[in-house]
Amino acid sequence: MSLAASLMNGLNLGAIYGLIALGYTMVYGIAKMLNFAHGDIIMTGALTIVISVHRFGVSPWLSILLSIGVCVSLGVLIEKIAYKPLRKASSLSVLITAIGVSFLLQNTAQLLFGSSLRSFPKAFQVPSYIIGGFELKGDRLLTILITAMLMVGLVWIVYRSKIGLAMRAVAQDRDTAELMGIDANRVISITFAIGSALAAVAGLFYGIAYGFIGPYSGSMPGIKAFTAAVLGGIGSVPGAIVGGVLLGLIESLAKTYLSSELSDAIVFAVLIGILLLKPTGLMGQEIREKV
Amino acid sequence: MVTGCNQQPVVKDPVEEVVLKIGGSGPLTGSAASYGTSVKQGAQLAVDELNNNGGVAGMKFELLFEDDAADPAMAVNAYARLVDQGMNVSMGTVTSGAGMAMTEEVKKDGFLMLTPSASQKEITRYPNSFRVCFTDPDQGTYAADFIKTNDLATKVAILYDKSSDYSTGIRDAFVAQASVVGLDVVEEQAFTDQSKTDFSVQIQAVEQSGADLLFLPIYYEEAAMILKQSTNLDVVYFGVDGMDGVIGQMGSEYAALTEGVMLLTPFAADSKDEKTVHFVESYVEQFESTPDQFAADAYDVVYTIAAAVEKAGVTSPEDEDFNAKLIAAMTQIEVEGVTGTMTWSEEGEPAKSATAVVIKDGKYVAFEKKVS
Repeated sequence: MSLAASLMNGLNLGAIYGLIALGYTMVYGIAKMLNFAHGDIIMTGALTIVISVHRFGVSPWLSILLSIGVCVSLGVLIEKIAYKPLRKASSLSVLITAIGVSFLLQNTAQLLFGSSLRSFPKAFQVPSYIIGGFELKGDRLLTILITAMLMVGLVWIVYRSKIGLAMRAVAQDRDTAELMGIDANRVISITFAIGSALAAVAGLFYGIAYGFIGPYSGSMPGIKAFTAAVLGGIGSVPGAIVGGVLLGLIESLAKTYLSSELSDAIVFAVLIGILLLKPTGLMGQEIREKV
Repeated sequence: MVTGCNQQPVVKDPVEEVVLKIGGSGPLTGSAASYGTSVKQGAQLAVDELNNNGGVAGMKFELLFEDDAADPAMAVNAYARLVDQGMNVSMGTVTSGAGMAMTEEVKKDGFLMLTPSASQKEITRYPNSFRVCFTDPDQGTYAADFIKTNDLATKVAILYDKSSDYSTGIRDAFVAQASVVGLDVVEEQAFTDQSKTDFSVQIQAVEQSGADLLFLPIYYEEAAMILKQSTNLDVVYFGVDGMDGVIGQMGSEYAALTEGVMLLTPFAADSKDEKTVHFVESYVEQFESTPDQFAADAYDVVYTIAAAVEKAGVTSPEDEDFNAKLIAAMTQIEVEGVTGTMTWSEEGEPAKSATAVVIKDGKYVAFEKKVS
């Protein structure tokens, strides 16, 4: 496999990881919790597209909007029902709740739609271009471009908009932010909404790239994206994308040049190595605990 | 030698008829659900046919079928439920992985076990267990032979699941036989249970190897993903029994991608053989889909049990040594099934010939060598 094709696949994979990692990193940064159900939101988004197009004949564009809508509602709902009552509980309780929610989503999807993989609608196929003997896959290009745009948009929201200011304030010190008149619960809800919308987009790209979606399709990309978020420095928005792309590239190159069976082991070995050298991740900030 | 001379006349209750319960389990849910569903339907069809013709040796047949999701622990539980329901004869499991633990139980309880489709060699390691399908090594060997004899390719690539005993078993035998018959294996790529969504690297490697045939000893779900992700690959796709189900998995939108895919199977739904025509027509009428080889294997299982019952001369599951007599009869019968004419060895293996089908317009048709 040529280096260029391998890099292209790695970038595509990395973009998907990055989109998911953004959800992990934003929620962690603002609510200080690891939302392990986030991977299953991707699955929910992609399944929404498959079911709405195949079973109800919804047009592809509308199904994307529908999928984003379903994911955003689900994300906000999960936060309200499962996480909000635990706001003052230990972080361990929240973590276990999140794992529980993850299983709940997977098993509900299996109950409703069966456990077999479903074919992703053909309407989303993007044509490929051949330039100078090199095949440029349209869907790969689209994924990378749209991810880059979303990333820019997100950075703008976080660093330039009013809600972004509130997010950063809550992230730094929730109690003080609330004293300044910021509704922390609303900010956390919005964070979940944005993260879930990005997960829906990631689900769309996942479906286009790999062609099939099942109730467990979200768990592996979810774990990898979490890894990407940690690699980039959890809590950092650019870090999530950098971590995602890096992870995607390492995985793709390891598969191509080392071993397709050991690629996951290599990916996680790199993670361990980087965390040993830089425990806060590549772009993570070192936060000194106040005494 | 068991003969039918010493039959004891069975006193029959005029209302209650004697029922022989055949119990089996297979994946009705999960990533191999197509196999289990086909087996259940094929077996049910045969049971209904036999009963409508007045039963066998004075007995009516009844099918008990449980879901095991192709999981070993669930298969053992399913087996226990079957025994509770009064199973008399076992048709084992549909898949090998689920069946291994469960065969121990069957051996302890002394049932005749005749699996339609569990192809791992060790499944029939006990004297009471038999199968209708080929073993994994046999499938690998036959596939290499078939490709060579029919001149399908000279350069072959393999893509298999390294985390599956089924897949590696077939792959090992295929590679061994390929070197015997002079097939050139130019590329070998693998994936694992943990990494089976993105096949782009493996597909690229196959493309660059210049192979003209890609051997896929894997299940239909992964095969469908590979077909979808390898639209630019110019090879003949060749699978074995696990490939069966790929048409349904691809769905109508992508049906064109299965065009020309070949698989090794003893059963072709478009065969002109009288038995097969009858089987396919009844199956289509009842289940509104064309039977695959899993359905055919299961159909043959029921008719084979019927043949063994007749040969053993038993008339009720309450007969003394009922299962021992059936087991002894297994190696003495010859069954003309829809998957070929079969006899069984002491080891539990069927002797029958292998052929291949090719997918044309979304249907399996018998492979005929092109005359060039």
